[in-house]
Amino acid sequence: MSEVSAIAKRLKEKFPKAVTKVKTFRGELTISIDKDYIGKVAEFLYNDKGSDFDYLSDLCGVDKSRLDDSNTFEVVYHLYSLNQNHRVRLKVEIPASNPSIDTVTNVWKTADWHEREAYDMFGIIFEGHPNLERILTPEGFEGYPLRKDYPLKGRQPNSLREVYRKGKE
Amino acid sequence: MGIETTFGDTILTTTIDKVVNWGRKNALWPMPFGLACCAIEMMASVAPRYDLARFGAEVFRFSPRQSDLMIIAGTVTYKMAAVTRKIYDQMPEPKWVIAMGACASSGGIFDTYATVQGVDEIIPVDVYLPGCPPRPEALIHAVMEIQKKISKESVLDK
Repeated sequence: MSEVSAIAKRLKEKFPKAVTKVKTFRGELTISIDKDYIGKVAEFLYNDKGSDFDYLSDLCGVDKSRLDDSNTFEVVYHLYSLNQNHRVRLKVEIPASNPSIDTVTNVWKTADWHEREAYDMFGIIFEGHPNLERILTPEGFEGYPLRKDYPLKGRQPNSLREVYRKGKE
Repeated sequence: MGIETTFGDTILTTTIDKVVNWGRKNALWPMPFGLACCAIEMMASVAPRYDLARFGAEVFRFSPRQSDLMIIAGTVTYKMAAVTRKIYDQMPEPKWVIAMGACASSGGIFDTYATVQGVDEIIPVDVYLPGCPPRPEALIHAVMEIQKKISKESVLDK
């Protein structure tokens, strides 16, 4: 297992503008990345022999709009290297008013469904995604249920429920 | 009395309703629709300890075409709603439905955007079975209630 902080160091050397913050908590490395660089950073971490992150174990969205005044969403990437047995977490902040970010499906194919889920739940647009459609909620669903402004006991319009009653798809 | 006095014990007379209902209620073939933890209890009901076979309902058919009792065991989401309805429609008449557990009966604790508030929003339900999840005895009781219901039906109804 190689030293995790070396990954952050190398990433900083390669993309000095991309890395906004590096944090290590209980041996877990978290790197904050600027939104414009995520595609390049992902490609680098995948191809670079030292980091060799061949596995995207998770990708998810976070609604941080109620945490402070910055009104941001966040996309979190959990990467793992099967060969080197080390992990890193990437965090990318995006504005809630325009939640869009480049896709990483060209690097990790598994990001396809993860990004669809983040789109479904938070309305985050992944630019360049091959098929950005809802994945968990049914067709015709309105709104993004995991956003903080979505009502806790929110209901879909009755017209949609009528469709289910009839059994149409 | 009547024809039986002439033929003795070699013949039985009855009504069509009685003999058909007897057949129907003692050979219910369930369509297992396991959606959540209730399905585990449903599986336990057919296993040797509780043995649903004692009530003739052990033949779980994984094809709706061959079943006549749908057991909705678990939380029905709106994503699953259309599928639930479709499978119900694929079952041949006569058919019955058990809404097993709190979720299938009323949405249970899931008062959210994603959960159908009771499967009766989509399909007609014959027996509501409370519990979270109900024990296998409770499911057996529900099957027995279905049997009671069947014995009161007429072949002309369905």
